[in-house]
Amino acid sequence: MDANLPHRLELSGITKQFPGVLANDRVSFAVRPGEIHALLGENGAGKSTLVKMIYGVMQPDAGEIAWNGQAVTIANPKQARRLGIGMVFQHFSLFEALTVFENIALGMDTSTGSRDLEARIREVMATYDLKLDPHRVVSTLSVGERQRIEIVRALLLNPKLLIMDEPTSVLTPQEVEALFETLRQLASEGCSILYISHKLHEIKALCDTATILRAGRVVATCDPKQETSRSMAEKMIGAGLKDIAKAENRSFGEPRLVVERLSTRAEDEFGVAVDAVSCSVRSGEIFGIAGVAGNGQNALLDALSGEVLGTDANAIILDGKPVGLTDVNGRRKLGLCAVPEERHGHAAVADFTLADNVVLTARDRLKMASGGLIDAGAARTYTGKVISTFDVKATGTQAIAGSLSGGNLQKFIMGREILQRPCVLVVSQPTWGVDAGAAAAIHQAIVDLAAEGSAIVLISQDLDELLTLCDTIAVMNEGRLSRALDVGEASVEEIGLLMGGVHGTSEETHIQPGGGVAVPA
Amino acid sequence: MQYRLEKRPEPSRLMLYLSPVAAVVLTAVVGAVIFSLIGYDGVGAVREIFLTPILNPLKWQDLGVKAAPLILIGVGLAIGYKANVWNIGAEGQYVIGGLAGTGVALATRDFSGPWILPLMVLAGILGGMAWASIPALLKTRLRVSEILTSLMLTYVAIQVLNYLVLGPWKDPMGFGFPQTVMFTSSQSLPRVIPGTIVHLGVPLAFLIALIAWLVMSRSLFGFQIRVVGAAPQAARYGGFSANRTIWLALLVSGGLAGLAGIFEAAGPFGRMVPQFPTNYGFTAIIVAFLGRLNPLGVIFAGLAMAVAVVGGDVAQTTIRLPNAAVGIFQAMMLFFLLASDILVRYRLRRVVPQTAGSAA
Repeated sequence: MDANLPHRLELSGITKQFPGVLANDRVSFAVRPGEIHALLGENGAGKSTLVKMIYGVMQPDAGEIAWNGQAVTIANPKQARRLGIGMVFQHFSLFEALTVFENIALGMDTSTGSRDLEARIREVMATYDLKLDPHRVVSTLSVGERQRIEIVRALLLNPKLLIMDEPTSVLTPQEVEALFETLRQLASEGCSILYISHKLHEIKALCDTATILRAGRVVATCDPKQETSRSMAEKMIGAGLKDIAKAENRSFGEPRLVVERLSTRAEDEFGVAVDAVSCSVRSGEIFGIAGVAGNGQNALLDALSGEVLGTDANAIILDGKPVGLTDVNGRRKLGLCAVPEERHGHAAVADFTLADNVVLTARDRLKMASGGLIDAGAARTYTGKVISTFDVKATGTQAIAGSLSGGNLQKFIMGREILQRPCVLVVSQPTWGVDAGAAAAIHQAIVDLAAEGSAIVLISQDLDELLTLCDTIAVMNEGRLSRALDVGEASVEEIGLLMGGVHGTSEETHIQPGGGVAVPA
Repeated sequence: MQYRLEKRPEPSRLMLYLSPVAAVVLTAVVGAVIFSLIGYDGVGAVREIFLTPILNPLKWQDLGVKAAPLILIGVGLAIGYKANVWNIGAEGQYVIGGLAGTGVALATRDFSGPWILPLMVLAGILGGMAWASIPALLKTRLRVSEILTSLMLTYVAIQVLNYLVLGPWKDPMGFGFPQTVMFTSSQSLPRVIPGTIVHLGVPLAFLIALIAWLVMSRSLFGFQIRVVGAAPQAARYGGFSANRTIWLALLVSGGLAGLAGIFEAAGPFGRMVPQFPTNYGFTAIIVAFLGRLNPLGVIFAGLAMAVAVVGGDVAQTTIRLPNAAVGIFQAMMLFFLLASDILVRYRLRRVVPQTAGSAA
């Protein structure tokens, strides 16, 4: 890294205004050639907006982008790619029904003969040890393999700057390690990498420099290797980090939720079915379910909440009562509450007021609907209680749910269920897309509810969250649930193997430990 | 200089109420231009259609009578549309409702008494519900789009009507005209304002719209309809069955269309004739949207649309505007309403291209 070389990318005073929010406020930082530069910040801090401007998807309202020392206007992604900027998005844009090769060929800006292109694809894959069969159909690939397609696609253009947007959120720990190897190799060859994440330990392990954004502004630039995860987190949220107060050596009571070979059918051809899942959660226990996204976690939540019914009443036993054939309302009356992953349109109706959203799930347990009429006063009172107890920032009980920030809406939803005093609470991804302050409050509320004797099932893709909160952990893969491990005994490696180890059907096992892929030659 | 549509931070309430007004104004202006261009007195047409019925007190009773079925059907459709159940076949449910009531009337010719009319009304409601339950069954069992089935069943209903009045129900003393006998006085809706044609169905339509408004805003049923329409997955999570909601929505809209049908048969028509289907069922679709799918709004929209219907009749005789002209006005109104609806969620903003700091 020669200090005399011009910066690969330099932003100065980048400002972007959206209606009602200043997404980026005079953001300036620079990336040197061959540097792995982290862009760190909470959800809503303005990271995505910033990289969209670097990649030409949006234009800044003010400020300047310099590329290799020259001021440039990046009008569109095609121009960005011509300059040598590649990007791997968090959400892939792949055609499920086409092969790897066809997907890459479709994404090329210039037409290349298919034989030449395939040769180049194989060359890139060999150079960076990206194992992938170009002729496999995308729908049969794991998420990690799909990400490799996007990386190959970006590398074919010989990028000088590669932007990675939250690349590890869908990977197993072993796949993450393999990805880091690739990125380090790229950096050693002089390619700069702009790595967007909020996972601090990854940034410590990978990055040379970190620029921390908060509310659209750069609040710090630091060397992550000199910082602790905690110090970076505190810079990121702009406040001290609260520890989760969890009693040591807790004892558990009787099983409150017993699931015995629960199966449901997939709702559509791309869905994953719940396949003979068994587990038992005791009073006071937090039972974690880990797994890579899309392995049936949503289907499991629907099956437990009663949104999708199985065929056997005894598959789910709630406090001794078989409820496998009981619908959502019936289960809720018996004390089973659930919070699905998707806030907008599933856990809450974005167009409704908070008071109406309370009626959605609390009407029976809290008697808000008698004789077919809604008791609006009772709904408002309870809404007010949720807002004040969970410190929800909203204009009042009549605020529209969709106007709340993600973290506030999630606190509201969690509060709405927790204050109903459920005996079993099933939550999926409770802190997904939530700022750190709200996440800490939600975690504490879950721990407190368990301490009062409820049984909690916590479905999450965030291993750190699971290892911090849970007493027991099991891994979901292809709709099946592994045996339960005690959190004290389980290692990240073991959980990671369970997450990715048995991907695919028995005759085509693709991902091997270490993230390599076995492909039939 | 360039204009751009920009999403509002939250929907504009002002525009929510202003856009139906804008739609009516745009319809009048564009209508005047179109009719002038094809050789009619365009300004006169707009005046006769939109102003004469309001300014001439003699026309007010017509407004009430025409508005009543539009409001009844419009309220039912609005409830269904709120739940994303797209019943397009209210016209057919209206016809079958009228036929079912007529059936009761023909069977009770030899009797008299105050029990006959309620029985006819009940039969009308059940008839409309029965016709709407066919799309409901097909939708919930086989996932067939209710848009197609309800629409196609309208044409079936009209053929049933033709068959009955040309065949088994034809008045033997009617000189071969395809129509039933006149209803007796126990089979007809009483007039509520002496000396006018305003029948009991008119105040009932307004009353039912008010009740529907209360139900939609205060009851769990209304809540269910709104949740299913706004977020089907949240509805399922909240414990509301989608299939049950489809049934309820279709039964309510079909029942109200059937009620409108028997009110028309036992009111203005006084018998069943092949001219019974007068497109109320289709016009009410526009009424439902013009009224913002809100029963109170539907009352105003029904009255506004009645103005256009009555005005169309006036314009036919005074300036010889063809009957189809009214249809054009109605269609334009829906078109402009849907088009101006974008301003509820978006606003126009002038953009100065490519310089830093766009105009606020």
